[in-house]
Amino acid sequence: MTLEWVHPGLLLILGAWVLPFLKGGSKRAAMLLLPAAAVVVCVYSGTVLSPDNYGKISFLGQQLVFGRVDALSLVFSYVFSAMSLVGMIYALHVDDDAQHVAALTYAGGALGVTFAGDFLSLYVFWELMAISSVFLVWLRRDATAVAAGFRYLLVHVFGGLVLLAGIVLYANAHGGSLTFDNLGDSQHSLAWTLILVAFLVNAAAPPLGAWLPDAYPNATVSGAVFLSAFTTKSAIYVLIRGFPGTEVLVWLGAGMALYGMVYAVLENDARRVLAYDIISQLGYMICGIGIGTQMALNGATAHAFAHIFYKALLFMSAGAVLQVTGRRKLSEMGGLYKTMPITMGLCLVGALSISAVPLFSGFVSKSMVVSATGDLDWQASLAHRNIVFLLLTVAASGTFLHTGLRLPYFMFFGEDAGLPAREPARNMLVAMGVAATACVLIGVAYPLLYWNLPHQPVDYHPYTAAHITSSLGLLAFTGLGFCLLRKQLKPQPGMCVDTDWVYRRLADPCLRVLRGPLTRFEFGFVGQIYEYVIRGPVLGVARWLCRFDSRVVDNTAMGAGRWTQMVSGKLSTLVSGNAQHYGLIMAAGVLTLIVLAMFAR
Amino acid sequence: MKFLERQLGDPSRRARLKLGCYVGLAVVLLADVAVPLVFHEKHTISFESWPAFGSVLGLIASVLIVVVSKTIGKLGLMRRETFYDS
Repeated sequence: MTLEWVHPGLLLILGAWVLPFLKGGSKRAAMLLLPAAAVVVCVYSGTVLSPDNYGKISFLGQQLVFGRVDALSLVFSYVFSAMSLVGMIYALHVDDDAQHVAALTYAGGALGVTFAGDFLSLYVFWELMAISSVFLVWLRRDATAVAAGFRYLLVHVFGGLVLLAGIVLYANAHGGSLTFDNLGDSQHSLAWTLILVAFLVNAAAPPLGAWLPDAYPNATVSGAVFLSAFTTKSAIYVLIRGFPGTEVLVWLGAGMALYGMVYAVLENDARRVLAYDIISQLGYMICGIGIGTQMALNGATAHAFAHIFYKALLFMSAGAVLQVTGRRKLSEMGGLYKTMPITMGLCLVGALSISAVPLFSGFVSKSMVVSATGDLDWQASLAHRNIVFLLLTVAASGTFLHTGLRLPYFMFFGEDAGLPAREPARNMLVAMGVAATACVLIGVAYPLLYWNLPHQPVDYHPYTAAHITSSLGLLAFTGLGFCLLRKQLKPQPGMCVDTDWVYRRLADPCLRVLRGPLTRFEFGFVGQIYEYVIRGPVLGVARWLCRFDSRVVDNTAMGAGRWTQMVSGKLSTLVSGNAQHYGLIMAAGVLTLIVLAMFAR
Repeated sequence: MKFLERQLGDPSRRARLKLGCYVGLAVVLLADVAVPLVFHEKHTISFESWPAFGSVLGLIASVLIVVVSKTIGKLGLMRRETFYDS
């Protein structure tokens, strides 16, 4: 590492282990100081240092780059480090060191991925994120969470192995180079496909994305806030870096926007609604990456930035309700605005932001991706761009319907469930307040965000008369639709089946069905082959060796023993005890040596 | 939040609130019709320039989303909460 640059991720990962040794106020101070220091380092990297590769290390003949500082990595590092600070404020009252260590390690891993300039360091931080984040699910410490955590780990281990295979093949095809950058030159190769699939697993793209709505609602209250920010958005970062302009991502992204929307409309668990809404919003980002123009990539980056704050705010609100009331299902809530008015107000800021209401963050980020669909330049692009535009606009209407209206309405208004409730801990409200301020600040002072986007100058103006009135029209009449169909949207007890059905339900009967034939195959075929090919010949050779040992080796040893005994017996007769005999033998020996010496010459 | 409780608890105030929402809706619709006709902003997607495009799409999309989602849910997507426990 060069002295001029300190890795903010390592700061969090190593600093996290100090927390268990501290108590009381000093622990709380450290919980805030660590992410605050990471924010300072990231801002320092962006304002004082020039874009370059820092933290270079030679390892096994490879040049590892831990600090690729450029516009793209910087903007993601700002939001990741800021989110780690907001998350730690929210978790300040939690008396569980394991959660804090896991959360800071997870955030550090995300920063590690962001600054990684090569595949090897990227892979290490990628796996660190998977391992540390699963603890945020497990530490809820109930059977459902433990099971969900194992399924989460299973999918991420699969994704990690796919990524590793892709990296090995990529390095092999590029003379051992592990540099991570745009992979366009390897397009459609096996390595390219494997790396893309691995990134899409973490981006929760269907059919590999069911881990997200399975794990996040089962995480701890503060753990879900961290989870909502890092895994999927670091996947968006690596997709922007490695796969800009990949056409298949346009359709995948548009499909995700609608897929998440349908599930979010149906779900009853508040945090599951938010989890599916993450998939829907990721769809916009992935679509932007697929379009691949400068405005689309800026839009994907801006939307990831804005999304982290408003989604964390919504998860914090739902977590606050869960903590105070113990209820997670919308069908069991209602009327909480009377007892939790501040939480309700802050939740509404998140809901308005995600719905892209003017003056809130989603308005200046989501619309950039939607507008970028006009830049699509495929063959027969007119029809394609119109379809993609319509799909994304319909999904925007759906977002307002399920997260902007349905979630806050049935959580805070609707029929009063009479739940005893109060505002959550003060630190939780402060964290929500900071996130809400960020949502409004991004929406109002949007140039602050645009100046930090990777492609400059940003030629996009969100606050045009047509954009404002069209957006307000879309939202207002979606609201009318909600009022007309409110009874149909009333949350019902139940849950939606997703692709995790394959490994949660299908795997068990499949194994039961396969067990019989597999057993017969094992004993009838594999066992027989083993008997004739392995066991029989091995036993035959062993028997032959046994006979050889008993007949040849043993007899040889016994014969040698008998011969030695016989010679010893003969020699013993020579030992007479007479000194004259010994002298005679010695003289004969000396004489023989002299004769040999004379004739040998 | 006494203000909200007063607004939502009193039927006459709630009716006034509802009326205000309808007036707001009408204003938004008028603006959505008028602005494309007055400002003539250029859009690469043609129907972005249509008067009241956002409003019409918003109403149609919201109804479609509810109907389609509910239908998909009834067709087998929606299961009981203990589906994976049994």
